[in-house]
Amino acid sequence: MTVGIETRSKQAGEAGHWGAEIRSDVHVRIEPRDRGGIDIELESRVKPYYGEAIRRQAEEVIEALGVRHAQVTIHDEGALPFVIAARIEAAARRAGLGEGTRVLPDRLPLPEPSARDRMRRSRLYVPGSEPKYFINAALHGADGVILDLEDSVHPTEKDAARLLVRNALRGVDFLQCERMVRINQLPLGLDDLEEIIPESPDLILIPKVESPHQVVDASQKIAEIKANYGITRPIWLMPILESAQGMEKAYEIATASEEIAALTIGLEDYTADLGVVKTPGGAESLFARQRMVNAAHAASVQTIDSVFGDVGDIDGLRTWALNSRAMGFEGMGCVHPLQITVIHQAFAPTSAEIEKAQKIVAAFHEAQQKGLGVVSLGSKMIDAPVVQRALKLMARAQAMGLV
Amino acid sequence: MAILEKMELVLNEAGRKVPEMVNGHAQVPYLGVGKLQPRGCKAAPPIRTAADYPESGDKRVADLETALRKCGLRDGMVISSHHHLRDGDRVALMALEAASRIGVKNLTWFPSASFPSQKSAIELMASGVIDHIEGSMNGPLGDYCTQGKMRGMGVLRSHGGRWQAIQDGEVHIDVAVIAAPTADSFGNCDGSHGKSACGSLGFALADSTYADHVIAVTDTLVPFPCVPWQIQGNNVDCVVEVDSIGDPAKIVSGTTQITRSPDRLRIAEFVARFLRDAGIMRDGFSFQAGAGGIALAFVSYLKQVMKESGVKARFVRGGSTKYLVELLEEGLTDYILDGQTFDLDGVRSIANNPRHLATSPFTSYNYHGKGNFASMVDAVVLGATEVDANFNANVVTHSDGRLLHGIGGWQNCLAAKCTILAVPSFRDRIPVIVDQVTTLSGPGELIDVVVTERGIAINPLRPDLMDAVKGSKLPIRPLLEIKKEVERICGGKPQRPRLGDRPVAIVKWVDGTVLDSVWQVS
Repeated sequence: MTVGIETRSKQAGEAGHWGAEIRSDVHVRIEPRDRGGIDIELESRVKPYYGEAIRRQAEEVIEALGVRHAQVTIHDEGALPFVIAARIEAAARRAGLGEGTRVLPDRLPLPEPSARDRMRRSRLYVPGSEPKYFINAALHGADGVILDLEDSVHPTEKDAARLLVRNALRGVDFLQCERMVRINQLPLGLDDLEEIIPESPDLILIPKVESPHQVVDASQKIAEIKANYGITRPIWLMPILESAQGMEKAYEIATASEEIAALTIGLEDYTADLGVVKTPGGAESLFARQRMVNAAHAASVQTIDSVFGDVGDIDGLRTWALNSRAMGFEGMGCVHPLQITVIHQAFAPTSAEIEKAQKIVAAFHEAQQKGLGVVSLGSKMIDAPVVQRALKLMARAQAMGLV
Repeated sequence: MAILEKMELVLNEAGRKVPEMVNGHAQVPYLGVGKLQPRGCKAAPPIRTAADYPESGDKRVADLETALRKCGLRDGMVISSHHHLRDGDRVALMALEAASRIGVKNLTWFPSASFPSQKSAIELMASGVIDHIEGSMNGPLGDYCTQGKMRGMGVLRSHGGRWQAIQDGEVHIDVAVIAAPTADSFGNCDGSHGKSACGSLGFALADSTYADHVIAVTDTLVPFPCVPWQIQGNNVDCVVEVDSIGDPAKIVSGTTQITRSPDRLRIAEFVARFLRDAGIMRDGFSFQAGAGGIALAFVSYLKQVMKESGVKARFVRGGSTKYLVELLEEGLTDYILDGQTFDLDGVRSIANNPRHLATSPFTSYNYHGKGNFASMVDAVVLGATEVDANFNANVVTHSDGRLLHGIGGWQNCLAAKCTILAVPSFRDRIPVIVDQVTTLSGPGELIDVVVTERGIAINPLRPDLMDAVKGSKLPIRPLLEIKKEVERICGGKPQRPRLGDRPVAIVKWVDGTVLDSVWQVS
């Protein structure tokens, strides 16, 4: 909603959704007026249970936003408090009120900071404008949850989604999941960072990166905000390469910032850029994926595959994920929680692999003890890189709870 | 009637306020599980003689009005119907409208369950043809009742409780109207065949044996004999042929759908893993699950787990669906014992597979019998709208006091060896685990496990189950801990909705005592 400066204070602002099909959201309309104080009209499907709590919260948020005179209409579909706060704030801002004020829900204790090389087999995408998906997103055991501000959010909803995601980072318990946010393409993404970074997400995905400068811009902006808010814990970056240009610069991008923990690929945009059809076999993106794996390894960062879009095709997903692991990827994106287990199974070492690695590691330790320079298993001599791979596989198997 | 009398309320053994008189009948307040000792003999219909019925066996009459007149329907009588055609049923309304046309008033309508498509019964209540409904009510009929508009008081019973009430003479049915997907002119009825096939007719069995008069209404009349005769023609007075007894699209669903909600799938998976980890799922075991989204997904997960473990069930209890039929056809269970048939695969199976058997509330649920199947089932998976810290549960009303569900077989199933409530921890913003349930439908001492998407709580009265799952990776947690977590998410405990002080319906326990009241809401 665009609003002319001279009419700002007269313009009503609306945010959120309501209707029979809507769940866990709320629609708020704020109509500024010159006098008469605050008048709140409330409809809610949970009115007998939380009507008073919603009214109380609305009054507090409106007061904190500095709104003195307004007609406020709330249609609630069972929204949780962090959603109600975000929707009221968005409506007020759209009415030209309360700008620069952040009305924040209570903050849960922050989880342990995320390690650069933590396991990132699966990351579950959650649309940033659909609060109903936020609350239980972490229950399904993905390694990460991505609150998405980019493609899943309509251009007219970007401002509101930003507040919703910010409040979710404060008020929703994401359990063991790494808390990731996909910002918009720069420069819009820089505005996202203003709201998001103060809530210490663990990782930011930067979409459609085509040059190392974009990573540097984001990284500098993050450093600035972190300094302002006294945040010292790491906030990692995961650039998404989604174009031919991006692929050509994969290594420069991967080394553009110390904060980069992983590279990932967006195949929908990449195939569109090439003007080819995305196939289940993925022959058209073979070069890009291998290019990325190689660049990421050269830069010592993780490399994560795209999403598999067909939620109904579990067998197709399994095939894709197994192939993905064979190519050197360490994880995939998920568009539905049902995909998580399949992906975890596909990226887990097989029992044959574990057995073999265990033998190699045992032989390695034995050789170490005996002071032998050469590791041998039966009649075979084992090269150092083979030992390294076995050690890495065992560490991974351990992290997945397989040994 | 009753509401004009001064309503005396007493506290029953569960601490709930219940009326002592309902629709002019004295009631026994709930005494506790297994405490009521019934005395006396079962009720029985009058003795008839074959001399009064045609030797040809042809009991057809022209229409329902003729049949109702012939059966002597008068003011104030009890007329019954059944819900084996579910929301597609046309026969119950046809019968009530025919009763209206012949000018009778103040009937007690005694359905085994009512459905939203029967909402025009409201007009018949407004015009005085129906005094009140004794049977489950939801949707518009439920609202009519909870708004206090019904003249008499509603009486909600379980499927087993309905049998018990008929058998014990608590409810005397004057005229039973049975919708028959197939029938012959003698009155033998079968549910598995015909254009309106629905599977089992078990809900109508008690009415056919205890009612004074029985009318069979069919849209598929076959020459004698109609087999299998789920309802015996020897109990039937008249047969009426009509164009259609129901809307096939609403009788059974084409395919019953598994939920796609990740949270509900997670609950279903937890239940299946619980049965495995607790050692309940072993060769020769048995279970029952309904046709709700979580229950269907549970069956599908359990099937995987059974296959992985190489375990077979001896029997499963329906509500049958495609998913139970698959278990039967793949040899993962020896039998389906089916109370009602929910989808086309179920109907096909019950018609063709001798190991898929129709049961009745007598065999499955009746508490005043020499035992019943329900207590022999190893595990049952049920839903609920609310559960309290002591595992007491509500399945009848919304948290705001409006009628939501019938009791169905829910109360009867609590007798299973392991009773599991599979419920989300909150709906919209409304917590499911509460301080006090709005309407007590089942005592917590019979509810063993509550499975939510945030964890599994075992009733402290079942330390054996707690021991059985030691070492399991499942998130076993105290119910109160889950409750607190959900209250934090929802922004504190909900306000208690304000209920009226006038009971509009009662909830019967399986032995006919009064477990709780449903209160008028504004």
